Amino acid sequence: MRDVAIIGIGMMKWGELWEKSLRDIAVEAAINCIEDSGTNRVDSLTIGCMSSGVFNGQEHLASLIPDYLGKKNIPATRVESACASGGLAVRTAFLEVASGMSDYSLAIGVEKMTDISGSMATYALATAADQDYEAFHGVNFPGLYAMIARLHMERYGTTRDQLSEVAVKNHRNGALNPYAQFPQTITREIVANSVMVADPLRLFDCSPITDGAAAVLLTTVEEAKKIKKHPLVTISGIGLASDTIALCNRKDLLKFSAIELSTQVALKMAGKKISNIDFAEVHDCFTIAEIFVIEALGIVKPGQGGPATIDGLTSLEGSFPVNPSGGLKSKGHPVGATGVAQIYEAVSQLRGNSEKRQIKNAKTALTQNMGGSGGSCVVHILETK
Amino acid sequence: MVGIVGYGTQIPRYRIRVEEIAKIWGADAPSYKKGLNLLEKSVPAPDEDCATLSVNAARNALLRANINAEEIGAVYVGSESHPYAVKPTGTIVSEAIGACPYVHTADLEFACKAGTEAMFIALHLVKSGVVKYALAIGADTSQGAPGDALEYSASAGAAAFIMGENNLVARLLETDCYMTDTPDFWRREHAYYPEHGGRFTGLPAYVKHTSGAVNAILKKTALKPEDFDYVIFHQPNGKFPIQIALKLGFNEAQYKHGLLTPTLGNTYSGSSPLGLAATLDQARPNEKILLVSYGSGAGSDAFIFETTDRLIDVRDQAPLVRKQLDEYIEYIEYGTYAKFRRKIVKPE
Amino acid sequence: MEVPKHWREIPQRYRMEAGKCKECNYISFPKRLICPECGSQSFDPINLSGKGKLVTHTIIRTPHKDFTDLAPYAVGLVELEEGNTIMGQITDCDPQSLKSGDRLKSKFRRMNEEGKTGMILYSYKFVPDNGV
Repeated sequence: MRDVAIIGIGMMKWGELWEKSLRDIAVEAAINCIEDSGTNRVDSLTIGCMSSGVFNGQEHLASLIPDYLGKKNIPATRVESACASGGLAVRTAFLEVASGMSDYSLAIGVEKMTDISGSMATYALATAADQDYEAFHGVNFPGLYAMIARLHMERYGTTRDQLSEVAVKNHRNGALNPYAQFPQTITREIVANSVMVADPLRLFDCSPITDGAAAVLLTTVEEAKKIKKHPLVTISGIGLASDTIALCNRKDLLKFSAIELSTQVALKMAGKKISNIDFAEVHDCFTIAEIFVIEALGIVKPGQGGPATIDGLTSLEGSFPVNPSGGLKSKGHPVGATGVAQIYEAVSQLRGNSEKRQIKNAKTALTQNMGGSGGSCVVHILETK
Repeated sequence: MVGIVGYGTQIPRYRIRVEEIAKIWGADAPSYKKGLNLLEKSVPAPDEDCATLSVNAARNALLRANINAEEIGAVYVGSESHPYAVKPTGTIVSEAIGACPYVHTADLEFACKAGTEAMFIALHLVKSGVVKYALAIGADTSQGAPGDALEYSASAGAAAFIMGENNLVARLLETDCYMTDTPDFWRREHAYYPEHGGRFTGLPAYVKHTSGAVNAILKKTALKPEDFDYVIFHQPNGKFPIQIALKLGFNEAQYKHGLLTPTLGNTYSGSSPLGLAATLDQARPNEKILLVSYGSGAGSDAFIFETTDRLIDVRDQAPLVRKQLDEYIEYIEYGTYAKFRRKIVKPE
Repeated sequence: MEVPKHWREIPQRYRMEAGKCKECNYISFPKRLICPECGSQSFDPINLSGKGKLVTHTIIRTPHKDFTDLAPYAVGLVELEEGNTIMGQITDCDPQSLKSGDRLKSKFRRMNEEGKTGMILYSYKFVPDNGV
């Protein structure tokens, strides 16, 4: 396998982008990425998009996007793993380059969620769960994570305040991110008093519905060194793992095997331990998710995710910053784009380009992107010298 | 000798009081309560209907019958609120209890006596020897038109009876009936609510047919009212069954266990069948029961049952009627009632 | 509405038919072709009793429009007597009163329908096991 570098990153301000279509935002992110990269070469394309069929009535993105990108004959792949589609697209682009199939491979993550009603959007998102044995019974995604939250609170004593602090921290970071959908700071009171969605999770525990896209361009380290536009950032480890789709089939509902296994594989490939990582972008689709993810990653011990958040361990100034971008909560969660945007943030930080939210001496990053209620998870380790 | 091998019931949890309904229409609650001898009625939840009540009642019947459902050769559900106009409730029930595929079914309708007609057919299919067991269910989630007198009483409930020849909880001694074409109450296809003849539903309808069936069966068997330990009449309100009982020579001790309407309402096809179930719930062995239904249109079915020792053995294997009527109930106000009963116009 | 799919789900939804692995006794609901524990492909049929206890639950307050009449309603994970755990709605109760460990049993209930003229879907739901 050849060594792989990320030489270009691109996205735009996320939100309810009424005037832009699915193809518009995918292409806009790609244009920004290619411009950032210092080259025009794209040998292959991978698109991460969860559900353009339901959200937009449009499949066959592997034809649509290269066409509208002005690269109509290149090989293209659409990958899907619910909310992990973006991370999976980056991994697929990595494989293209590492294997020698492509020298320059572009990964675009995109989701255009606001063309359909809120009710239909909830239905589309619920397709990430077990349709016939979970969604059929009237549960939605806040509901699934709420069940996990209840258990986490019963087993470890995780509190309402600790959940709220995840949202407060991420908004504080997102307020420094020009691309964030909701760059407003909030307080724990606002979170705790927001309307209940699925007990115990409230509106401000939940990431929003968002339109958005992000793109990254990968090439060999050798090629990257020739272009030399930015500090060299490499992908040194990737892990991908799956778990049961339905919560009811997991022996321990608070053990997230997909997260643990994908992290182990990624760290091993990179020759690193979690203590070597300087910061992480994780999948905070709900506040409880960030809490159990930092436990599953091994940043803190099981049950300590809440206390660590309150203590500021994961804040920008803390010893292990988590979600400097603002996370899914503040930045937004256009499902298929999220995983790619995590890479965007990691690269930006490692290059030293994150301005007001720059983490000092950031050399090694971890991104964690998961699908559904943890049924799939992809972890990337990125490094710079 | 044929009879009931197992019986079971299902009554919804929700209740609405007469006062709640009267308040909305500016009516005088005390006079309705007194005039109908009615305090409150059961309300089916949005996730209940005639099919769900039938299945849950049938499952309770199976708990008492202790038979293999595959041996049921026929399933008849009598109702005036079948979920589909075309596609029988009987197929849903048969699948849900595991009686398929070697089982006969077709749905029955005869206003409030469809359940007892199902019982008559089930008993005699078994008697003819062509099936080993037959399941008869009376179940309804009928609607009362808003502001109409029937809105106070139209309620929901189901009773299921598995008929057979062995291990009976009650032997069938005799049946009879009385039926004419009498237009006291009807509902045209596509009409949402039924219409009725007001006071015409009394003497020429309920009284005439109920008395007709009682007189016929007493004459056939040479029995007298005092020979019975219990009598159950169709009970559209809490008044009619008392009036007819006294008129025909029965007394309160005989009718009181089977009179459920004051706190249940009129469960239509479930009405007298549920009264029978409540009676069986507390009867002793070798007691005689007279069951007389009434369905508008109009007709009455009469049955004489005699309880057995086995009734006492199996009775507690499924929930008792009084327990469902009196415990774990929840009162709702008219807004929730209107939502549950789909009286609120929603966007398409 | 997917008529064939809903018909195909009748054994699960109406009778809780499951598969018990012949090799390791693990119960799969729904039935599967491959046991997720041991990989075996032979199973014995088993109908679940529907009785169990509540492992965890939530109260859904912003449901899909098909479920608004029941909102707020509880959905939970129920560990059945047979040992396996399934997800289901919990009805006939005040959702706020539910606690982990509560004993539940299944009832046949109306789950959904396709408008006024379409197919009606039935399924198991859970209710508190209190003798009625």
